[in-house]
Amino acid sequence: MGIIEARGLARTFRSRKRSVEAVRGVDLTVEDGEIVGFLGPNGAGKTTTLRMLTTLLNPTAGTATVAGADLLRDPVGVRRKIGYVPQAIGQTMGGTDPNCLVIEELMDQTALYHLPPDQAARRAATLIDQLELNGLERRLVKTLSGGQRRRLEIALGLVHAPPLVFLDEPTTGLDPQSRSNLWEHIGKLRSELGTTVFLTTHYLEEADELCDRVFIIDHGVIAAEGTPDELKRRISGDVVILRVAGEEEQARKLLAHQPIVREVSSADGTLRLTVERGDAALPSLLRVLDAAGLTLESINLSRPTLDDVFLTLTGRSLREE
Amino acid sequence: MSFIRDTLMIFRRQERLALRQPAWVIIGLTQPILYLVLFGPLLKGLPTASLGSGGNAYRFFVPGLLIQLGLFGSTFVGFAIISDWRAGVIERFRVTPVSRLAIMTGRVLRDVVTLVVQAAVLVLVGLAFGLRAPVAAVFIGFGFIVLIAVGLASVSYAVGLLVKSEDSFAPLINTVVVPLLLMSGIFLPLTLGPGWLQGIARVSPFRYVIDAMRQAYAGHYFNTIMVEGIAVAVGMAVVFLFLGSRVFLRENA
Repeated sequence: MGIIEARGLARTFRSRKRSVEAVRGVDLTVEDGEIVGFLGPNGAGKTTTLRMLTTLLNPTAGTATVAGADLLRDPVGVRRKIGYVPQAIGQTMGGTDPNCLVIEELMDQTALYHLPPDQAARRAATLIDQLELNGLERRLVKTLSGGQRRRLEIALGLVHAPPLVFLDEPTTGLDPQSRSNLWEHIGKLRSELGTTVFLTTHYLEEADELCDRVFIIDHGVIAAEGTPDELKRRISGDVVILRVAGEEEQARKLLAHQPIVREVSSADGTLRLTVERGDAALPSLLRVLDAAGLTLESINLSRPTLDDVFLTLTGRSLREE
Repeated sequence: MSFIRDTLMIFRRQERLALRQPAWVIIGLTQPILYLVLFGPLLKGLPTASLGSGGNAYRFFVPGLLIQLGLFGSTFVGFAIISDWRAGVIERFRVTPVSRLAIMTGRVLRDVVTLVVQAAVLVLVGLAFGLRAPVAAVFIGFGFIVLIAVGLASVSYAVGLLVKSEDSFAPLINTVVVPLLLMSGIFLPLTLGPGWLQGIARVSPFRYVIDAMRQAYAGHYFNTIMVEGIAVAVGMAVVFLFLGSRVFLRENA
């Protein structure tokens, strides 16, 4: 059984006038030791699902077990086993008090998880090392940089060494350097500690870089799931862009008849082909053009990004927000 | 019991944060002390019979100021939980195994301790100005303050967590507290007022509490006014504590 098993998880918000089905029935399974990405445009039900899985919101339908505990019957059991790092921008922030010292936040967090005092101090020291917070122990949270504060917030989610940790937008708002530094830390959670990581993100390169598997949620249901590579291949195919000397129309007709070519379009003297697998298609495309005596000026293979996948599936770009 | 341990843990955290900015504790005290210094002397000119406190104006006035301190010191605490909520602290705590009720009770305990310290300072300043009251009465007064503060602080936190906006919170609390305060006869005896005012003042629960406190300060401990005051104070504490905890124990907040 997976560390997260959700079946038909749904949440309807009711106000006086209308009811909104924020999540309409999410099924998901996450295996022990996976790093899983949860993607979706705003209002797709991403946050609502995360809040249900972390016991912050009661589902109106469906069932789930999270880290071995039943979400509905034993929410405290779930809380004992999971770590949760709230998102750091938007309506609410990442969960640290600006007027606390770094070490106070860590020690308070161990108390929230009822760790015995001797273990608590050791655990805090370990996390200070692991998340590179050395020398910041006696600093007020409000004096930390964005990256340091985020690392502290992640450390707080890990004080009880949970087998499963939820990271809500872990790197949003950070500069590129802090972001790649944080990616390293998140990668280590799994490689060194065997922690299962469930993260939401707006950055497709983050999902690409970190995640073994990706779930895309749209209109309150899971629209697709798979490894980043699978999703890209299944949905968009690769794109070959080439330019021939003159004879563009002839080249277009010729290439459109090739079985490996799914689609051709031309614009401004360049041809844009969609093919199943670009690396395998290139040699045969070259041969066909050569045999017809057409001279190639340039050729370019581009792999689809997760953003293309996202656009195809949801009709929205993840970057618009 | 883990609820008590959790409450004490949150209490220590909040106390530490409060002591980091002790200015607020002092600011909370300035208002009642200003009233004591600048308004108290005016009461000396009133006919002693209307004060009903054996001729000592401060025996009438200090209980009123204690209630004022207790009212403002507890009803506005919800302000702070809005910034805690915005910082994500409340959510962070709610995802841990810590008792969700302790998130409220730990804070309330801190507020009660702060209030008792402020009340003690206020009484000491009152002594310097000529307050003479039995020691037992002073402690009974503190007891009333604690009962009032426990309930009101709980509701204040609950309201703060529900409205989630300082801009709506302050006017909302003012609208409720100021009329209640005025109808309680804190600054001047209600008996000076017309009949209709005395009539509607009966709906202010603080009115009963303050009357009982004044009885104690005058050295009368066993009478119906005292029984009414205790009943109202305990009743308010229980009802408001219950209402506040409902919000914190909700699955969704």
